[in-house]
Amino acid sequence: MQLLDPMLPDQFLVKRKVNENKDTFTLTLEPLEKKSFLYQPGQFNMLYMFGLGEVAISISGNSEKPLPLIHTIRAVGTTTKAMQKLKKGDVIGLRGPFGSSWPIIQAKGKDVIIVVGGIGLAPLRPVIYYILAHRQDYGRVSLLYGARTPEDQIYLNEFAGWQEKLDFFTIVDRASKKWNGDVGVVTRLIPKAKFNPSNTLAMICGPEVMMRFVSLALQDKGLIPEQIFVSMERNMKCAIGFCGHCQLGGTFICKDGPVFTYKEMKRYLELREV
Amino acid sequence: MENNSLIILAESLQLIFDNLNSFGYQTIAPTISENTIVYDQITKISDLPIGYIDEQTGGHYRLKKHSKPTFFSYTVGANSWKKYLHPPKVRLWQIKRKAKAMEFVSEETQPPKLAFIGVRGCELAAISIQDRVFLKDKFVDPIYSTRRKDIFIVAINCARAVKTCFCTSMQTGPKVEEGFDLSLTEILDDKKHIFLVKVATEKGREILKNIPYKVATKEDENIAENIIKTTAQSIEKKLDTENIKELLYQNYENPSWDEVANRCLSCANCTMVCPTCFCTTVQDTTDLTGEIAERWRSWDSCFTSDFSYIHGGSVRVSTKSRYRQWLVHKLGAWLDQFGTSGCVGCGRCITWCPVGIDITEQVKTLRENNG
Ligand SMILES: Cc1cc2nc3c(=O)[nH]c(=O)nc-3n(C[C@H](O)[C@H](O)[C@H](O)COP(=O)(O)OP(=O)(O)OC[C@H]3O[C@@H](n4cnc5c(N)ncnc54)[C@H](O)[C@@H]3O)c2cc1C
Ligand code: SF4
Ligand code: SF4
Ligand code: FES
Repeated sequence: MQLLDPMLPDQFLVKRKVNENKDTFTLTLEPLEKKSFLYQPGQFNMLYMFGLGEVAISISGNSEKPLPLIHTIRAVGTTTKAMQKLKKGDVIGLRGPFGSSWPIIQAKGKDVIIVVGGIGLAPLRPVIYYILAHRQDYGRVSLLYGARTPEDQIYLNEFAGWQEKLDFFTIVDRASKKWNGDVGVVTRLIPKAKFNPSNTLAMICGPEVMMRFVSLALQDKGLIPEQIFVSMERNMKCAIGFCGHCQLGGTFICKDGPVFTYKEMKRYLELREV
Repeated sequence: MENNSLIILAESLQLIFDNLNSFGYQTIAPTISENTIVYDQITKISDLPIGYIDEQTGGHYRLKKHSKPTFFSYTVGANSWKKYLHPPKVRLWQIKRKAKAMEFVSEETQPPKLAFIGVRGCELAAISIQDRVFLKDKFVDPIYSTRRKDIFIVAINCARAVKTCFCTSMQTGPKVEEGFDLSLTEILDDKKHIFLVKVATEKGREILKNIPYKVATKEDENIAENIIKTTAQSIEKKLDTENIKELLYQNYENPSWDEVANRCLSCANCTMVCPTCFCTTVQDTTDLTGEIAERWRSWDSCFTSDFSYIHGGSVRVSTKSRYRQWLVHKLGAWLDQFGTSGCVGCGRCITWCPVGIDITEQVKTLRENNG
């Protein structure tokens, strides 16, 4: 019997590449052979560049229209910088989807607060799309987005739509005189979000320190750790629980995460070098 | 009723090798290379380390001549059976670049049928732990699975332990309980040199075909049991496993990590010799024409800085954090992840640590500074 090889990628065709800012771009990918693809918001794929390497990238499209797949990638190193040079018509390898997902069903009938930093907006965009498509199922929905500078913001052309249906606030770490919005860390936006703490779920994605401080601030507002969800990141070589690289506490982030409750991750967000 | 407990002459072990070979098995057994016990393919029992015993302590290993011509009186060396089931380096796949596509070719190797001869209690436990990791989780590793499928195992009850052994604490030895086709207990006295053979599977019984035997008597059984009991009693090293997961989870900031970090060289030896450590990394390469790319998988260690690298730097920069990662995972988090400890008490990491760091001592120190 030939076992299904979970390490073998499928081929995906680059249909479109859009630059979001100087180092971030979005790929639209169509499978060459695969007929269907199902995923949940928060899950990720392993994207492979011919001969160079394979990286974990969250899916950032609409999970109710899973194909073509949408991935927003920040060029930071060998593989992602090579991906930045991809053009329409190129073919890449892709395995997935992997990992746990955001609690979009559990959040129905509740207020939702989404707090993201930088590229952390990408893994939460499927949640935003889902909520927008089922807006009546949710209470007040706040989206708080922090970026380094106004020029670093991504998905700018969607802002108007979000503004209309969500309580959408942005902030940047630093800005030139031209910027008349808020400046500072994303936690400063929390007072603007309106929610009923006893009936709210929070979803946070960004650097670990950011997730930690946002969680603390939300606890001050009356949320308990079970109501807060975070997405964790570690080096990943396999995404299927074999390489050990993403091991954290009693979990493997690739298969038990990346989305966890803050209750599960609190301890590790407080410790250094774990 | 067929008999499951037999006595064969020591030299009849050769017939077991021969039968295994004629059934198409490559016979892998202990032998000597560069003054240590290694596992390698042999077909003659004369290639076993006959008449040798080992001496092991923290950071020290020595093989020496024994007064008796026993076949299995040494214990484990740096090698483990892991190298056959979870190879140090394998190709996962190849791809060919086509005009507007890539052609992925999965690796369909037919690994040879292997027979492991001389597998000890701690090592059976280690194999069963890697079975748990690679075969009984959400995903199945096709490489491990194809290699594991046809393995024939001849286990051995240890008649001798060394100072680094602590299988009794981990409840993995010295008696072999399950996971083998045949087990042996070696009995050598003035009058005879024999093996008490236990038959655990039909495959095992088939391999014994045409080998002269007699049915073991109650007395033979008692002699064998006594050998195992004496070995167990000679083991001095202990690891107290009570509430060990809680102990480790609660002591991330225990000052004793600093002390061990001052000695640890972050050399990764402990993880390479450990029969349960399973971590790997991948290498992606292209050939000179740039038309064929390959992906290889090889053993990796949580003691390297690359292991925890994410954009911007390693998560675990200090030696302290890496040693802590290893120990907390091995003895604690494995229980959550796989329902078993990651340690079988073989002592390899103690012997092969160049500075003699002792996992059992580290747990003791943590307990003393618990809080
Ligand atoms: C679950 C998950 C989801 C992610 N989603 C996104 C996303 O939507 N968009 C995005 O831009 N980035 C995402 N990342 C981060 C992305 O995987 C890394 O930026 C990428 O691996 C860097 O690879 P590189 O070869 O370009 O960089 P290099 O610095 O050259 O990295 C070398 C190797 O280190 C490893 N590595 C480096 N950084 C990371 C990292 N941050 N996480 C995991 N492994 C790393 C990789 O194995 C990589 O091949 C995600 C990471 C995880 C774990
Ligand atoms: S941790 Fe050490 S003693 Fe335990 S199984 Fe691994 S090498 Fe053997
Ligand atoms: S504990 Fe010993 S063997 Fe392991 S990394 Fe440190 S120095 Fe090397
Ligand atoms: S990425 Fe390999 S175990 Fe999680």
